[in-house]
Amino acid sequence: MATVISRRKFMVRSTVAGAGLLVGLRFSGPMLLSQESEKAKKKSPVNPFDAYIHVKPDGKISLIVAKSEMGQGIKTGLAMILAEEADVDFNAVSVEQAETRPDIYEHMGTGGSGSTMENFMPLRRAGATVRELMITAAAQKWNVPKTECDAKKGLVRHTKSSRQTRYGELVEAASKLPLPDPDKVPLKNESEFELIGHATPRVDIPSKVNGSAGFGLDVRVPDMLFAVVARCPTFGGKPAHFEASKAKAAPGVRDVFEIPALGKDMYTAGGIVVVADSTWAAMKGRDALQIEWDRGPAASESSASLRESLRAAASRPGKRIRNDGNVDEALPSSAKRVEAVYEFPHLAHATMEPMNITVHARDNEAEVWAPTQSPDWVQRTVAKLLDLPPQKVIVHTTLLGGGFGRRYMADYPAEATQIAKVVGKPVQLVWSREDDMTHDFYRPAACHRMRGAVNQAGHPLLWSHTITSTSIGAFWGAPDKLEESEVGGAKQMPYAIPNVRLEYAAVPSSVPPLWWRSVEHSFNGFAVECFIDELAAGAGKDPVEFRRGLLVKPANWKPKDEDDPDPSRLRGVLDIAAEKAGWGKPLPKGKGRGIASYHSFGSYIAEAAEVTVSGKDFKIDRIVAAIDCGQVVNPESVRAQAESAIIYGLSAALKNEITIKDGAVEQSNFDGYDPIRIDEAPPIEVHLLKSKEDPGGMGEPALPPAAPAVANAIFAASGKRLRRLPFQLKT
Amino acid sequence: MAPIQLLINNSPHEVEVAPDTPLLWVLRDKLNMTGTKYGCGMGLCGACTVHLDGQAVRSCQTAVSSVGSKKITTIEGLSTDNSHPLQKAWIAEQVPQCGYCQPGQLMSAAALLAKTPRPSDQQIDSAMGGNLCRCGMYQRIRRAIHRAAGEGA
Ligand code: FES
Ligand code: FES
Repeated sequence: MATVISRRKFMVRSTVAGAGLLVGLRFSGPMLLSQESEKAKKKSPVNPFDAYIHVKPDGKISLIVAKSEMGQGIKTGLAMILAEEADVDFNAVSVEQAETRPDIYEHMGTGGSGSTMENFMPLRRAGATVRELMITAAAQKWNVPKTECDAKKGLVRHTKSSRQTRYGELVEAASKLPLPDPDKVPLKNESEFELIGHATPRVDIPSKVNGSAGFGLDVRVPDMLFAVVARCPTFGGKPAHFEASKAKAAPGVRDVFEIPALGKDMYTAGGIVVVADSTWAAMKGRDALQIEWDRGPAASESSASLRESLRAAASRPGKRIRNDGNVDEALPSSAKRVEAVYEFPHLAHATMEPMNITVHARDNEAEVWAPTQSPDWVQRTVAKLLDLPPQKVIVHTTLLGGGFGRRYMADYPAEATQIAKVVGKPVQLVWSREDDMTHDFYRPAACHRMRGAVNQAGHPLLWSHTITSTSIGAFWGAPDKLEESEVGGAKQMPYAIPNVRLEYAAVPSSVPPLWWRSVEHSFNGFAVECFIDELAAGAGKDPVEFRRGLLVKPANWKPKDEDDPDPSRLRGVLDIAAEKAGWGKPLPKGKGRGIASYHSFGSYIAEAAEVTVSGKDFKIDRIVAAIDCGQVVNPESVRAQAESAIIYGLSAALKNEITIKDGAVEQSNFDGYDPIRIDEAPPIEVHLLKSKEDPGGMGEPALPPAAPAVANAIFAASGKRLRRLPFQLKT
Repeated sequence: MAPIQLLINNSPHEVEVAPDTPLLWVLRDKLNMTGTKYGCGMGLCGACTVHLDGQAVRSCQTAVSSVGSKKITTIEGLSTDNSHPLQKAWIAEQVPQCGYCQPGQLMSAAALLAKTPRPSDQQIDSAMGGNLCRCGMYQRIRRAIHRAAGEGA
């Protein structure tokens, strides 16, 4: 929906607007679910718009929107969509980071792979509205019928007289016109697209090759100080006693003090703060602290005991989530039963740029420089802790050195605010890599128990799936909804099997959980796509043929919910991945191919892996991905996101796990938690399917199929099923 | 604390810091040259890579007092106008995602090409294996190095 708004009304609340035409627009669609956003949704927004388009008298157009750039190329993609329908040069459009003004912008988060999904149609309509207004303004100026006018590349032309005028000259007149019905403005035909669907160089890249790109840690303001915090290694522990005299005497150290852990909505650990005039001095000062910890209530938690609890829970009935037919029906004696247990560890986000933020608490106001996925949450948090109205907290969103869900949280902003309050000067809170890895919010640990059977003809008879995990929902305190964050993709298991059951049970843990790239799909994709492969093997069938036969779309098919995949689109990507991977072509001994196809965040992705197994070692020779993410805005960004998500997923499959011992994380840096490096990264081939469907997300959905494709390939090559992550190939 | 003289990107600088301060923090916090990144502080990620007399080193593991008269080159010294062949190749191959690791990647690649103008895939693996990219842009990095090598870096 788009609306022309009064410029005065906007200007009194914003510094961005100058002369020109302003169009406010609203995005709708899925957004990341969190307690915060639920709350925000309930409050009726002061202003109904999510973004504004500002057409300036020089013909340049700004899209002012609160979307964080964390590598997904969103500023480029959104500019492409707007430029396409407004019919101006790509270079005439710039995307400006909106101020954190919830009174002006309603919806500010970046996550859930939603940046393109949410904005595609609203932005197209808004762009078309701009074009339509320009045409109307020109027609009135020339006193000719609108139908004789046409707009192209920022110019309106009167076709009969070949008079023409630039958008910039029409801005004044256009801003006085009534708004056309945004649902009826003519949109371009896909065949007319000159930008959407065409690879366009990203606007954020030039600054990222010469060191000028500004991340959170690069914020430098006059008089600033640097702070680090010594936090209790266990979750929920606190300092019992500390001795700061050595730390205080360390060169460059300005202050040492304690901050308490903040509970509900803040989720900080508390600890001993060291403030110094450089990051290094603060770190050295922290090394000199002597602290005795009260290790708190969770000091005995361990991954080993958690694993036992998860396994035990997985063998008991859980909360029933899906129940088709009757999985308890007696099986014919000829049926072949297949069972498997899959296990998943905790995982850290390990963004390349560790957590950090700069806060300056002044009298009656504050200024914040934040690498964040949720600037409005940062603002509310800082305001609450400083007892300020939110509009007195200016939040600048910097570039993010990776997000992956971690930078949705407002814990580090809360911690920095506690510090800034004491320091009174601008202070940059720096998390060392060790802090970042040992005080992350982790991908839940999980155990999945699967049971299935196929008949003599090789048709599957039943599918029973029990998921247990350390639920993200439990962390947010939603005891009746513990499964909501954990069952996506398993609930929509797409294969046509007569008897299907899904159950869920949460297992308590003190390890704080959070959305990690692709959230629950990171384990559900593995369980579903490995187990269907196990059933295929049980049926003695080819894994691709077996899947194809079960991806049937009934004539009257309708999605059961918005996450229910269209079986024919899933089959479409499966077919292309198989074909491009040379499925069925013979391979030398020791090599194997595996496949997985999966739907998440509105996109369909199949991946085929080719591996070589030799003894205890294996190597991924290549990954072939086939993607149907609906209409593609920037194919270059889609490819890059796919490559990125695959490597992120393979790092977890091959190498990474966070383990807990005596209540504390055992890994502290990239030696213990080492993501894939260049020599381990397989070549990735990406094939994009042509589609007219609405765009799906791309930040996450290429991740879930990567690990099961590799596990299935290892089975094909060696006959060994890898059911516990990270993979260990024992001979 | 005696003043320490440094030659960075051909400009002389003088800093007063504890001699064991890693060059990384001198660049970032004392000289506000923030292009060089902190990723791990333990020599494990390569985000902090700079050149000392043309050799790639991890600045987080280099005490400022050990630099002496060696010439320091940082990402800002590769070129500020993106004219270096590697920067051009990085743009052509659209390498960066979040971009945080890329200054370090570029400095490692530049040191590699200076010594080995036409590196093989294996030579790229061994020169670049110390540089993590959490966004996983490895095949683009490889392509961009080959591209720059082809164009004579
Ligand atoms: S910061 Fe120096 S190698 Fe990671
Ligand atoms: S581009 Fe993000 S870490 Fe490399």
